Amino acid sequence: MLKSLGAAILGLALAQPMAQAQEIKVGFIASLSGSQATLGRDLLDGFQLGVESVGGKLGGLPTEVLVRDDQGKPDAGAQAAQKLVERDRVSIVTGINLSNVLLAAVPRVLDADGIYLSINAGPSELAGKGCNSHFFSVAHQNDTVPETMGIHLNDLGIKNLYVMAPNFAAGKDMIAGLKRTFKGNIVAEIYTQFGQLDYSAELAKLRSVETDALFVFYPGGMGVNFFKQLDQAGLKGKIPVYTVFSTDQDTLPGIGDAALGLESTAYWSENLDNPLNKQFVQDFEKTYKRIPSPRAAMGYDGARLIDAALKQNGGQFKSADEFAKALHSVDFKSIRGNFKFDSNNFPIQDYYLLKVEKDDQGRLVNKVIKTIATDYADSYVGQCKLSKAKS
Amino acid sequence: MIASLFVEQMLNGLQLGVMLFLIAAGFTLVFGIMNLVNLAHGSFYMIGAYMFATILQQVGAFWVSIVLAALVTGFVGAVLERLALKPFYRRPYLDQVLATLGLILFFNELTRIIWGPQPLNVTLPGALNSSVPIIVGLSYPMIRLVILAVGVLVALALYLIISRTRAGMLVRAGASNRVFIGALGINVNRVFSWAFSVGAALAGLAGALASPILAVEAGMGESVLIFALIVVVIGGIGSFRGAFVAAILVGLIDTFGRLMFPPLLGDISVYLLMAAILAWRPQGLFPAHG
Repeated sequence: MLKSLGAAILGLALAQPMAQAQEIKVGFIASLSGSQATLGRDLLDGFQLGVESVGGKLGGLPTEVLVRDDQGKPDAGAQAAQKLVERDRVSIVTGINLSNVLLAAVPRVLDADGIYLSINAGPSELAGKGCNSHFFSVAHQNDTVPETMGIHLNDLGIKNLYVMAPNFAAGKDMIAGLKRTFKGNIVAEIYTQFGQLDYSAELAKLRSVETDALFVFYPGGMGVNFFKQLDQAGLKGKIPVYTVFSTDQDTLPGIGDAALGLESTAYWSENLDNPLNKQFVQDFEKTYKRIPSPRAAMGYDGARLIDAALKQNGGQFKSADEFAKALHSVDFKSIRGNFKFDSNNFPIQDYYLLKVEKDDQGRLVNKVIKTIATDYADSYVGQCKLSKAKS
Repeated sequence: MIASLFVEQMLNGLQLGVMLFLIAAGFTLVFGIMNLVNLAHGSFYMIGAYMFATILQQVGAFWVSIVLAALVTGFVGAVLERLALKPFYRRPYLDQVLATLGLILFFNELTRIIWGPQPLNVTLPGALNSSVPIIVGLSYPMIRLVILAVGVLVALALYLIISRTRAGMLVRAGASNRVFIGALGINVNRVFSWAFSVGAALAGLAGALASPILAVEAGMGESVLIFALIVVVIGGIGSFRGAFVAAILVGLIDTFGRLMFPPLLGDISVYLLMAAILAWRPQGLFPAHG
């Protein structure tokens, strides 16, 4: 009796690897607690909706998504990544919202022959010299969005620009990106404390300076604080305001009518007019009772990209190399329209000018005004050694 | 510096100051009387803001919402004190810090569960959402003037209560020598329960007043808590007068520092002030303990 039971257990244990070959495990790491939790939650909601949109099976395979919290900390993110690839044996890791967490976690995934697909952060380190055939970013390279804003400001003929951003890595990247394309004169470059609450001193200074326009990067709660106070100080109507990553659906309800008329550049909007996107926005609102943010959109796209690549390989994950090839070459229908991977595995895509307006239900949305750049690639692709091998 | 910029900054600094005072007042009394370090004091500020945003949406009347938000927060404080914090009065600081840190996480998560992860919208009724001309070339947001006025009035009322009434006398006595007034037959715990609830209500009032200017989101209490701690340290633990003077000082130095000093120095001007005062008077400006 005991012997046969033992044999049965042994048999089951041996059968395990067979079963595993028939399923796909995805590790999902994001900040699900702490100050960045809103971003992480959006990414996860979008990703899960993406998985559901293909019947809950990526590439037709039984799918398991293992969700981990990085708490916004690089060490926690790296640890989670290591456990996912080594103990849980996931093939693909995705999710991470913060660039510094991403930079800590990605080496752990790549060293264990895993694939990393970024759906939000796109630091220059991984787009240029540090690019890797197993690292992909389906969202963006951080600098491209402010670069296209620089192009737009040139088109408008803006000569003098006042710029403001929080004093941390991404804030400096945004200003650097803007300066790469903006040809006019920077009147003042102001860095405020990360997480600053009151901007009255900075607004008083802004009021006393002559400038054609104001460019700001204030993501999350900082944006809510800043735009409300800008409006209350009576400066919004006086100085044209341009921004990036600061007027998304995570914060628009919080900013309220003070956001009306703010212009930004982006590669996706909840109002982008194509059937796939309309379907996504409708499904997301139905499931989560709110309008999706760009984070949710990229989570959705990420899940569907994995699905498309697996299907191209006949519904199998044979090896990381083969899957990476499929990811790079698959003809993927993104909800943002035109999309393909550049040789550094970062996107070549279109960038739009958005303006905050009210929809027919009176809710604030980002209306697409016009296309600013088509098939736009990032500025680091030249430094990536993958270029020659692939093209 | 031109006159209008100076006046504007002066108003900004004072307004930040009274705001910090409302938060720090409760914290310093609780710390001073019962030796309780309540890091979750910032959560009352957050609860006040959420309550205000929710009530304003339903009722639409600004003043009613402000008062209700403060009262509800005071009630939450009273419940919390009785249920969760009483056992910690006689425990070491480290235990109190751990327990109240846990409460911060609890309240942040609770607001996410109830109100969702996105910041709440606070749209002010008509007249409050405008600016008024003060001097030539300067119109100032109405809501900031309201915050300033309410803050000054509440501070004045508190001052009168604490310096002129029997209840205030008990609070002062409790802060300077708790054991002794206990020996005189005063129920210190009841004095403390009241002080705690009033402190919570004041923080809630600050949150409600701040919500039109700042983002109403989970975790908003922690960033102001740091400022409130600085105010308490500068003013002297347990001292109401100290909290007021220090709050105004911190508000003015922070606003003018960011305007006049180079960015890095401007950001840390408040911390420099704290370091300087700690070196000069380690017990703070107006220490309550004899």
